[in-house]
Amino acid sequence: MIGDTKIKVRVTDAVTINPLIKQFRFVSCDGSDLPAFSSGAHIFVEMEDNGTRRLNQYSLMSTPEDLSCYTISVRRDDVGRGGSVFMHNSVKPGMEMVISHPINFFPLDVRARKHLFVAGGIGITPFIAHMAQLLGQDHKFELHYSARSHGLGAYVDHLKDIYGSKVHCYFDDKNQKINLENLLRGQAIGTHVYVCGPKPMISWVRQTAEQCGWPDQAVHYEEFLAPPTGKPFVVELARSKKIFTVSTNQSLLEAIEAAGVDAPYLCRGGACGQCITNVVSCDGEIEHNDHWFEPDEHNEFGTIMPCVSRFCGKSLVLDR
Amino acid sequence: MVTTVFPKSIKSRPIYGQLLPKHGTRHLMIADGEGATGLTDMLSKIKNDRSEFLNKSHIVYVPGVNGVDQSDVLVGLGAAQFYKSPTIDAAMPRLRLILQDARMGIQFYLSGTESLMGRVQTAIMETGYTHSAIQMEHRGSLSRRVQCVHCKGITENVKIDPFKCGHCGLHLFVRDHYSRRISAFQGVNIDAEDPGVVPPSEERFL
Repeated sequence: MIGDTKIKVRVTDAVTINPLIKQFRFVSCDGSDLPAFSSGAHIFVEMEDNGTRRLNQYSLMSTPEDLSCYTISVRRDDVGRGGSVFMHNSVKPGMEMVISHPINFFPLDVRARKHLFVAGGIGITPFIAHMAQLLGQDHKFELHYSARSHGLGAYVDHLKDIYGSKVHCYFDDKNQKINLENLLRGQAIGTHVYVCGPKPMISWVRQTAEQCGWPDQAVHYEEFLAPPTGKPFVVELARSKKIFTVSTNQSLLEAIEAAGVDAPYLCRGGACGQCITNVVSCDGEIEHNDHWFEPDEHNEFGTIMPCVSRFCGKSLVLDR
Repeated sequence: MVTTVFPKSIKSRPIYGQLLPKHGTRHLMIADGEGATGLTDMLSKIKNDRSEFLNKSHIVYVPGVNGVDQSDVLVGLGAAQFYKSPTIDAAMPRLRLILQDARMGIQFYLSGTESLMGRVQTAIMETGYTHSAIQMEHRGSLSRRVQCVHCKGITENVKIDPFKCGHCGLHLFVRDHYSRRISAFQGVNIDAEDPGVVPPSEERFL
């Protein structure tokens, strides 16, 4: 399955960028080049965290032309499920890890005459690769990067050094805000806008673009939806003949994998539909957290996306 | 007049919808021949603020090659700008000038023959604007703009199939295979194996 192609890598660097963000550099264990990728791609990093196998996705921020290494940045989320804390506290240079092949759900639309990048916080990472890919090509681009403060704005100085006036920064602690409506209304025809950042920022850009008459096709966004936590629940897999409990910090997909069942997946973030599974019977309420189908469509088709969705009730039996 | 219904065909064959007024900073409407009614039907769907919509509108109109000229109706709408062009060819420089200054937020409404809509769509696409965001509604003649795959010459207003390439003289079968890049259907030599054996032409694209 596509999401299951794995690469053994060694961590060569784990550098603190600021109090929230750490940067990691991977090279392949056998010294060969890593698979080629296009800017905007992400990888899954496998973590063995006290018996829980985690697969977290991180955008590649290294230059697509350089296949000697992959670089990612991880923002620590102390109230998350624990993957980022594991990366920050337990991953050290010299350690061997397993990552997936790169997958790209956030590529450049090369038909665009100009690329307008809007980044919020750690959402800067895919744009670092995008700008590296565009550098030296005859493409126009502009970055509008918003962070809490200069100190927490990862790579701000570095990006300004390389790209100069193409980089515009906004800091919350200085009450600076992107004048989005002005920005969007002023763009020449053929401009595409890309946004990566917190969920409210993505909604803000999508809504403002729509109000300004931008077509959906020119608005690109990437949202990494981490599987939500929730109350533990029991699930039965009809074909595999297994019954087990999905714990609070575990996704249904992770629990299926932990039970030794090979299940399809690709994005692990409720966006691609790859993991879609038929529900055999359900006595209770499925919490559909994906943005692939509408919840009532899931109920109509009798499906669930185990990468992000959970269950609350008496019994849930899946066709897996 | 109702919108043309096209028989089901290969995926490459363009399909058209019905124009709907959209929220935008500017509205560029381009039509030829009977396409004028495609525009007026769209405008009649605006409930409020029709004049506000028209104040932001630019209409470019080309009378049909079949002689249909509804420019009076369009002039009477009172759009901010109206431009009448004798042919599609002559309208293209004007269109490129409009596109040069256009900003995101502009909406496109095309109506009329496939030749007009296809050529305008290609010009808009060249700016980097996505083709699928351009609204198009077919009205009027079904005549086609066809490129000979052999000599690459383009023949306009093709009504019969097979037809004789206006450039190299080969007898061409008109396929539904369409290119958005060159806004033309594909014409393929029909008597390559048996030169001279050409089925009689039918009027397929009236």
